[in-house]
Amino acid sequence: MSTGLTASFVRRFPNGPEIRVDSLRAAADSGVTVLFGPSGAGKTTILRCLAGLDWPGEGSIKFDGQTWFDPARKKFLPAQSRQVGFVPQDYALFPHLTVAANIAYGLRGRPMAERRARVVELTGWLGLGGLEHRRPGELSGGQQQRVALARAVARNPRLLLLDEPLSALDAPTRQRLRDELRRWLAELAVPALLVTHDRADALALGDRVVVVNAGRIEQTGVVEEVFNRPANLAVAHVVGAETVLPARVVGVADGLATVLVNETRLTALAGDLSDGAEAVHVCIRAEDVILVREAPSQTSARNRLPARVVSVQREGPLMRVELDCGFSLKALLTPQAAAEMNLRPGAMVMALIKAPQVHLICRSKPSSA
Amino acid sequence: MSHEDWQIIGFSARMALLSTLLIWPPGVALAWWLARAQSRGKALVETLVSLPLVMPPVLTGLVLLELFGRNGPFGHWLHERFGVDVVFTWRAVALALAVMSLPLLVWAAKSAIEEVNPALEQMAHTLGAGRWRVFFTITLPLARRGLAAGTLLAFARALGEFGATITVAGNIPGRTTTLAVSIYEQIQLGHDVHAWRLAGVSLALAFAALWLGRRFQRKRP
Repeated sequence: MSTGLTASFVRRFPNGPEIRVDSLRAAADSGVTVLFGPSGAGKTTILRCLAGLDWPGEGSIKFDGQTWFDPARKKFLPAQSRQVGFVPQDYALFPHLTVAANIAYGLRGRPMAERRARVVELTGWLGLGGLEHRRPGELSGGQQQRVALARAVARNPRLLLLDEPLSALDAPTRQRLRDELRRWLAELAVPALLVTHDRADALALGDRVVVVNAGRIEQTGVVEEVFNRPANLAVAHVVGAETVLPARVVGVADGLATVLVNETRLTALAGDLSDGAEAVHVCIRAEDVILVREAPSQTSARNRLPARVVSVQREGPLMRVELDCGFSLKALLTPQAAAEMNLRPGAMVMALIKAPQVHLICRSKPSSA
Repeated sequence: MSHEDWQIIGFSARMALLSTLLIWPPGVALAWWLARAQSRGKALVETLVSLPLVMPPVLTGLVLLELFGRNGPFGHWLHERFGVDVVFTWRAVALALAVMSLPLLVWAAKSAIEEVNPALEQMAHTLGAGRWRVFFTITLPLARRGLAAGTLLAFARALGEFGATITVAGNIPGRTTTLAVSIYEQIQLGHDVHAWRLAGVSLALAFAALWLGRRFQRKRP
């Protein structure tokens, strides 16, 4: 019945913050769960507690019916018995061991031939061939990240934990590895928890999102849902006021990409798109959506969408307008503007969005690439 | 150099080597505990181990004499149980050298182990390694330079030890006389040239140990 990870615990730091985790779950079929939140929210502490490197004060952690942590029943399964793959933020590769020895470290007790075969398999899979005899100090950041991943998955962990796996990389490497990491994690088919404070990482890599803020889990759900419907103001603040939609790239020309959201066509800059990308997330910030009653005859906005007002709500000093334009779109405007336009549910308006403000985030690469 | 001189040099080197080997396992284990454990007793243990560094060596010798003499608690037990006498034998020499050089090994090993990033040890744990495997495959190899330097320092200290040795082991020719004790004896007898010759050997050995230690401590480029 209870498969995968189930965790509820409290970790208190003396004279410091308190990290409270309520019913965190990750199962084999749940793919990649992203722990998303600002720096200092407690995401890394949560991962360390799951890995057995830090001990909460109370609560319980279970995996597939096995108790990892339960102080009430005096159960403390040490890190070495949990079969968890851990990729820390700075990778923590063993500097005195070669790439091959790093990857094989967790394979002790297995026959030499099997260990060799596994190293060959993993180095091939992650494009590390030829680097087997190098030391970590001789590798680039991207290569180190892949060695850390290979080492963590070599012994077929039951749960994979990744702490900011892309944050130590420079921007171009980051972009490329983000696409690849998504593919690798999908191929592994191991429940994974990935910590990030980067929205693009969360959208690109996550299937589900757990929003962590100030030591609390604020919201859990599938990526689009959490980003589109923040449960409260704190979550809205953390995720940013954005419309996030799955979309398909149907054409790229002259630096502009045409994407299809449901049946609606949008134009965006193709700059962020890697070659051959097809599935993407479209992100539009609510403050970048301009609402007009009538379409102006001349406008620089490439996207002009007829929309129906679904709801108008106050959000802080601004008004938040939910629109239906073939998909759900959010806009922010001042109360004065809302009043002048006489916005109320059912009203028809025109939504204008400039192409540079439609952000595309890759979800996958086609296998032919 | 006479035959006796060579005998003394060989005996001193053997005793220094033996005492260094004796203190290595407990010394490194103690250093690991001091570097990694979170315990209140740490400060007390560290102070006790370090005492021979600052106490007059003669006093250290006197304490050992009390503990390991025929009427001392350890000495009595060893004599009754195994028929083994310690004081004024080669065993007392090894014991005195061990106690005198232990703090040097522990201090060097402790700071070497402290410099090993605990995150690496934690990673090894998540990869299924238990305490012992982590210690032997991660901590020890990464601390090897500091450990080697500390070992040579302890060995050099043992080679030159005088006060504790003469107090607990005496100066029995061919049985407990070490290089340092012999130098002292030659000076007392007014044999200055002989004393200088032995001092030269002692200096050369100490220099070689320290120089090697420095080489170990230097990082590879």
